[in-house]
Parts: sequence; C-alpha cells; structure tokens
Amino acid sequence: MPLTTFVSAGRRVLPNQWDLVAFAAILAVLTAVAKSYHGLSAPLPAPSESPVSLDYWQLPYYAFRTVLRMFAALAASLVFTFTYATLAAKSRRAEMVLIPVLDVLQSVPILGFLSFTVTFFLGLFPGNTLGAELAAIFAIFTSQAWNMAFSFYQSLRTVPDDLNEVARGFRLTGWQKFWQLEAPFAMPGLIWNTMMSMSGGWFFVVASEAITVGDTTITLPGVGSYIAKANNEGNWSAIGAAVLTMGIVILLYDQLLFRPIVAWATKFRVELSESQDVESSWVLGLIKRTHWLKLGFAPISAGLRSFSFLPISFPRFAPQSETGKAQGRSRIFDALWILVIVVVAVWATWLTVSYIATELNWDEVGRVFVLTCYTFLRVVLLMALATVVWVPISVSIGLRPRLAEAVQPIAQFLAAFPVNLLFGAAVSLVLAFHLNPNIWLSFLIVFGTQWYIVFNTIGGAAAFPNDLREAAANFHIRGWQWWRQVILPAVAPYYLTGAITASGGSWNASIVAEYVKWKDHSVVAKGVGSYIAEATDKGDFPRIVLGVAMMSLFVTLSNRLFWRRLYAYAERRLRL
Amino acid sequence: MLDPALAALLSVDHVTQVFQTGSGEKRAPVLSDVSLTLKSGQIVALLGRSGSGKSTLLRIIAGLTRPTEGTVTISGEPVNGPARDVAMVFQSFALFPWLDVLDNVEIGPRANGVPLDETRKRALQAIDTIGLDGFESAYPKELSGGMRQRVGFARALVVQPKILLMDEPFSALDVLTAETLRTDLIDLWQDGRIPIKSILMVTHNIEEAVLMADRILVLSSNPGRIASEIPVDLPHPRDRLDLEFRALVEQIYALMTQRPVAAKPAAREAAAAAMGLGLALPLVSTNSLAGMLEEIAAPPYDGRADLPHLADSLQLEVDDLFPLAETLQLLRFAELEEGDIKLTPLGQRFIDMDVDQRKKAFGEEVLAHIPLASHIKRVLDERPSHRAPATRFREELEDYMSEDYAERTLRAIINLGRYGELFAYDENNQTFSYENPQ
Repeated sequence: MPLTTFVSAGRRVLPNQWDLVAFAAILAVLTAVAKSYHGLSAPLPAPSESPVSLDYWQLPYYAFRTVLRMFAALAASLVFTFTYATLAAKSRRAEMVLIPVLDVLQSVPILGFLSFTVTFFLGLFPGNTLGAELAAIFAIFTSQAWNMAFSFYQSLRTVPDDLNEVARGFRLTGWQKFWQLEAPFAMPGLIWNTMMSMSGGWFFVVASEAITVGDTTITLPGVGSYIAKANNEGNWSAIGAAVLTMGIVILLYDQLLFRPIVAWATKFRVELSESQDVESSWVLGLIKRTHWLKLGFAPISAGLRSFSFLPISFPRFAPQSETGKAQGRSRIFDALWILVIVVVAVWATWLTVSYIATELNWDEVGRVFVLTCYTFLRVVLLMALATVVWVPISVSIGLRPRLAEAVQPIAQFLAAFPVNLLFGAAVSLVLAFHLNPNIWLSFLIVFGTQWYIVFNTIGGAAAFPNDLREAAANFHIRGWQWWRQVILPAVAPYYLTGAITASGGSWNASIVAEYVKWKDHSVVAKGVGSYIAEATDKGDFPRIVLGVAMMSLFVTLSNRLFWRRLYAYAERRLRL
Repeated sequence: MLDPALAALLSVDHVTQVFQTGSGEKRAPVLSDVSLTLKSGQIVALLGRSGSGKSTLLRIIAGLTRPTEGTVTISGEPVNGPARDVAMVFQSFALFPWLDVLDNVEIGPRANGVPLDETRKRALQAIDTIGLDGFESAYPKELSGGMRQRVGFARALVVQPKILLMDEPFSALDVLTAETLRTDLIDLWQDGRIPIKSILMVTHNIEEAVLMADRILVLSSNPGRIASEIPVDLPHPRDRLDLEFRALVEQIYALMTQRPVAAKPAAREAAAAAMGLGLALPLVSTNSLAGMLEEIAAPPYDGRADLPHLADSLQLEVDDLFPLAETLQLLRFAELEEGDIKLTPLGQRFIDMDVDQRKKAFGEEVLAHIPLASHIKRVLDERPSHRAPATRFREELEDYMSEDYAERTLRAIINLGRYGELFAYDENNQTFSYENPQ
C-alpha cells in the first residue's frame, strides 16, 4: 500500500527567494479580501436559512448535505489539479511562481482562511445561502487541492522517458498524450492523495458549517452545525447521535468509495511484475462481476476513449531545444518575468504590512510571536508524546500480520473521523473538573492527527522484511539495541510520512482546539490558535492576518528546516 | 530536387550531438560527424558499447532528438520532429501498463486518425503475424518478457513504417527467449511477411549483430564515431558455430578493444590528459576484477584468454566484460591485444597473494595509474583537517565530462580507493578522509 501522503516531502529543503515571493503574494490576497470588506460598518448580510433542529430524523438529511459539500469540493479540487498542476509542469515560467505558491499554501492554516472566505463569498451573494455554501466548499477545497495538485505535478514530471518517447514517436497531440499517458500515469498517486485528503476533509466540513465572523453567524444544515447546536445546548444524546451518524457516513465512504477506487487504481501502476500487496475491495469485485453493468458501461467507455483521442493540440509552452537567437530572446523574457514577479512581491508585502500597521504595532507582533511559540511548544510536545506512546504499540501490531490487518482500517477510520465533533464534550470535562485549559486543551491538538502516525507506522512494521527479522533473532539482538538498530530505522520513513501529515494537521487543529465553546462557556488555551479563533469571532481582520501570517511562517520553517531534512535523510539512508 | 525513388531510404549526414548543461555550457560531444545511409531490403546493426551514443543516434533518426549539427532525411524528406515512416521497438518494451494488448497495439493508428474499423483490422493482423493471438485482452503485467516485446513489435508494425528502429530489443530478455524472438523476426523478414523496407537495430551484443545484420556499423566511444563498417554475407539461417561466423565475431572483438586514443589526441583531450582527471572510470566491482584475473590465470586459458570465449564462459555481456578488461589494463594487471586478454607478470603475482597483499598491490596500482586517486590523496595530505568534500572533486570532474559520467567516476574511485585502503569516504556528509571508524 502506498503510504505517501505528504508528496512534497522529498522536495528541496531550504527556503529560497521564491518562497518569500509566494508568501508575500498569498498574504496580500488575504489582506486585499479583508480590506475590501473591513470598511463596511454594517454587519454582513447573513443568509436566511432555517435554523438547524436537533431532531434525530433530520440527521440523515444533514449527513447528506455534508457529503454533498464534500463532493462539490472534490470536483473543484480535481478541476484545479488538472489545470494548475498541468500548467506548472508544462511551463517553466509558470512553474517558477506556481510551485512555491502551492508549497506555502500547504502550510497556511486552512481554518484561519475561513473568516476571509466567508466574508468574500457572502459579499459575492449577499443574503443568499449560496455564498455560505461556497465558503464551506472552499474550506474543504483548500484542505484537498494543494496536496492533490502536488501529487499530479510530481507525476507529470516523472513520466518515464521511454513511454514519453512512444507517445512522441507516434505523434500523439498534447490532448492525446495527456489522456493516454500523463493522466493514467499520475492516477495511482493522485487517487491515493485524493482519498487521503478527503479523509482529512471531514474535519474541515464540520468546522465550516457553523461559523461566526463578527456579528454574522452562519449555519448551514449539516452534521457540523447540528453538533454545534448540540454543544451550545449541552445535549449529550444529540452529540451521540451525530457522532454515530458521522461514523456511519465515514464507514460508507471508506467501503463504497475509498477502497474500490484505490484497488481499481492499481492497474495504472507502472511496474514490471505483479505487485505482492494486492489491494482488495469487495465492492470492486462485485462491480467487476456484474455482467450487465459492464455491458451498460461499454459504449460509455468507448465514447470516452474516442474523446481522449481527439486530435487537439496545445500550444507548446517550452520548446525542446532552442537555437542561439531564440535562447537570447528567451533570456530577456526570463529577466522581464522575474522583474514582474519581484515587483508584485514587493507591492504585496507593502500592502500587507501597511494593512496590519493601520491598527497594530510592533508590540502586537511580539505578542503574537510569543503566542505562536506557545502553540509551537504544544505541537512539539504533543507530537513527541504521541510518538512515544504510539510507535512501540504500532510496531508490535505491525509485526503481527493478522492483527495489523484488523487494526489498519480502524486507524484509517479514526484518522478520517472529524474529532472536532467531540471537542465540546471534551471541554465539558475540563469545566467539570476545573482543569487547566492550557494543559488539557493541548491534547485535543493531536486527538485526530495521531492516527496518521499509527497507521503509517503499522504499515512500515508490516513491510519489515522477514529475513531481517530472522537475522536479528539469529544474532540475539534484543531490547534497546533491537529498537535502535533494527526496527526504528526500518519504520522511520513510514513514521515520518505519518508524522509530517500529523504535524501539519495539528497546527490546523490548534485553531479549533485552543478555543472551544460549550454551552455558554468558552474555554481558551493561550496560543496563536485561540488568537486567530477569537479574532475571527470578533471579525478583527488585521489580527487574523497577523495570526495567520505568523502561524504560516512557523509551519513553513518547521517543515523546511526540520521535517523535510529528516525525510530526505530517511529516504536516502533508511529506505529498504 | 531529389527524386524520392532514387534517394536512399534513410540518410544521416554529418550528425554531431553535443548536450548542454543547465548553464548553457557545452560538453564533449556524444556523437561526432556521423554519416550513414540505409537502403531497402537491409538489416543494419549499430554496434557499440555503452556511451558510444548509439541510442542517441537512433533517437535522432526517429526525430525524437534534434541533432546539434547535421541532417537526417528519410525518403528524401528532411526529419524535423517525430518522423512519420519509422517506428521504434524499445529495450524496456515501453508498453502502457493501463492498456491491454489490443489497445496498446492500436494506439499509433488511433492517434493518427485512422478510422476505427481499419485500425482494428490492422491491429488484429499485426497481432496474428507476431504470434500474439489469444492475448488481445491481456494486460502487459500478465505477460512474460518475450510476450511483452512481441506486443512492442506488433505496436510498431501496425503503423506500417518503412523503417523499423530497434533499440537493443532483446537485451532485457533471457537467453532462450531472446533467441526465439530473433529467429521469429528473421523468419518473418525473410519471408516478406512484414511490410517494412529496412531494419536498423542498436545493440552491444556482437553475436547478435553478426546473427541478424547484413551490415554492421561499429561505433567507437567518447565521442561516438563510426569506426568501421563490416558487411555480413553469410546466408540465413546463420549458425553460431560456423567457422566464418566465429571469425567475424573475433574480428569485431579485436576492433572494439583497440586502443583508440593513441591515434590523434585532440587538443582538448591532450589538455585533459595532462591534468589526468579527464579519465572517465567505469563502475566495476573489485571482486569481479579479482575473479576475472583468476579465471584468466586458470586452465584452459593459462594466462591468455580469447575475449569471446571468456565472455561465453563467464556469461558476461560485452558491456560487462569490456569495463572489467579495461580496468585491468589500466591498472597494469593485464593487457588487451587483438581480441585477447593477457595477464602481466604483476597480474600473475596477484593471483598468489593473500587478501592483505592483494589490497596493498591494488592500492599501489590505483595510485600510480589513476590520476584522480593521486589527486584526492594530495588534497587530503595538503589540508590540515585531512578531509575534503566530494563536491570539490565532482566539480573538477564535470569540467571534463557529463554529470552522469562524473558521478559514476566518483563512485568508481571511492570503490577502488576503499578496497585499496587509500582513503575513507563518509556517505553521510559526503567527505573523503583518512579516518576509519573507531
């Protein structure tokens, strides 16, 4: 089973000038959105949607609405992936800008976005639920699209030379080559990343269904808003019903969609021999066995195939080999292009800084820096704790094949489950026992993300070669030496894949985990997550921009300076 | 205007290929002033070792790569971009794993707008000819190597090319399968059952070239030039044990092991030789080197071996055998002459040494005859820390050779230096030093 979810992990390590450009550009866009609506003194027009009812019989309908949002976001993400990633892979100049932007976007906390997007979309469709729906869909989109686009881009860049030569030798046009070669080749990676991103997406759909920005409260019918209401009222049985509903939805998603599609995608893998670990899905088996279904689909697939052979050619972005004169001209264009990028970046930085400076001063920046350090500390400690607890357990599970087979799907299920459904309930315990929120809310940060560590490590231990196990036993390698020299290096690449995903998810989770409401209490832990959440509640846009910028900076730097270096090292030295 | 009927089927005129580095700097040429023509009814083999640019030449002919200088014309038409009348068969088969056999075979005509029913008819015909009947709905993953390459042939034939280009089509197959495919192809060609006018194949296998081709073009390496042209008039089916066949194989072995440098060192090569760093090293295992010395010293060779025989008895391909033989020659353990390899007195003594003596002797030879080794040692001596990063040497090497060759040469010297205990190399921080772990 391919366990790579963090596809950009192998990429270059240190931040460079392009990252600064990307960073500035992204913040400037956020600032521009905030600025255009900040001046409005009147509250934003709230859509007129009937309030959510806690009636159990409404839950299937709410779940349906939630799932619909997921699929709308999925469709948008696919369109984005096919265009953005293809452009980045085919055009060198576009690549210079698009890839760093994507890289930074991956590190920007999605939930920090929420206030901007809600504002933006409500402004587009005033007084209409469509704006709120689009905002929620956009939140899910942002949790999926970057990862998918990265996977697709990297696949496009690594199409095997010989297959490329076949396509060129037979003079396939751009369109034909895309559907015959590039898209199928990218399929396994894209599907795996899509399905993993969708798993992560449940968290965001739940968070974006009930949101307050300043004086505007938006409630979209869905499981997320249902539970928000249940939390407000402290209704335990409603919370239980919602959690159960969500569990069923995710189970259905896993069985009916995730597994069949991943199993189907194995046919696109480029490898010479049949793979040992065969993905299986009873649903796919069922579909394959039904004769009439196949017959029904035959004309459709023949039609699609003809469609994919339409002789459409694309303009050539990058000439294969340039002659001297063309090369000189190309250099001039490059210089101009870089100049344009730099000017935009400088302007973007100025826009952001001057916007933040209208209301905030350096003291505030310092305060946010300290708050971000708190959150950073929280993420680091909790990740360490999750590692110490889960790695030994996961290794013992992974080394027992039958147990691993049983536990693996459960861990994947838990990783997909939106734990923010349970935050209210967890906080009620903090309140009941008068616990220190600064300590106890921290645990919520890794509540949902620790499972990525679990199932990746189980996967790594399960893939540990038997001959090495036998060698270790034969030489009586036991105890600490066994952990240090045998199993930990072997599972390290897998663990890191999980840990990088978990760490990114934890930063995002901090925005909802450091600031939780239960009935009419709000429980707050000091950190940049609660800073952003509170600013969102008040509709204080300069503070949101500052908080998001600071958090993005921390995430980007910790990715580049720590995770990717470690990952590159593990890939180079420890991959079996 | 040229009359297409009189024009050669294929003509390559003064083709030179120089690859550029990312910074636009030019490197030593891969191909230098190559000219050849191809006439109808011939199978021509391009025979050369790895690095002779033979695959590059094939891609230039197919229009997949644009030559730095020179032109290619097919039936009088200049080639600019992927050529219409050629089809290629790949060493790696290059099948689309997500398409079944029929779809793989149909991809060429479908992409070029041949009507559906015509495509299907031609595809089934090609599948039938090539002996793939019954496998139409199989996926490449389910097929053996031989069957996969048959799909490769069918896919090429179905576009009805004038020239079939083959890039080492049998080298990824086991000996028996390769032989079957070769004979099948020759049979189809002899019987005129495949409607192509000429076959141009690239190979590093001398016997394969003699077995199949009507004409063999031997390419020299670094840069690739056509060193000689050998007509093969033996009637088909050819017998590997036939005396004439053997004589031809011997002759080509001798041609390919001649020392090319002595003839006329160009100014650039001379400068590189003065520094000595321009010597690209093949990556060979020290165990194989020792093993080969022992094999040559033992009966039936007793110190002097015929290379074709040695290749047979060691089951080595030319691309494996020649680097070993040349490294032994470079280190003065053996000498190459007229297709034979002969142990030197030092080589004879090496056989009787124990492990430590062998390593010592080996280290001395490496230091004495490979300038890069003495260069690394000098740098380590000069530096107070006695440590030096690999990047330093890599950059120096890249002044004389491509990045790939520089990397391979560096790997080779690390390997030789470690065995000869000249220096240590730490993979983690990529530095050379004298230190061994405590």
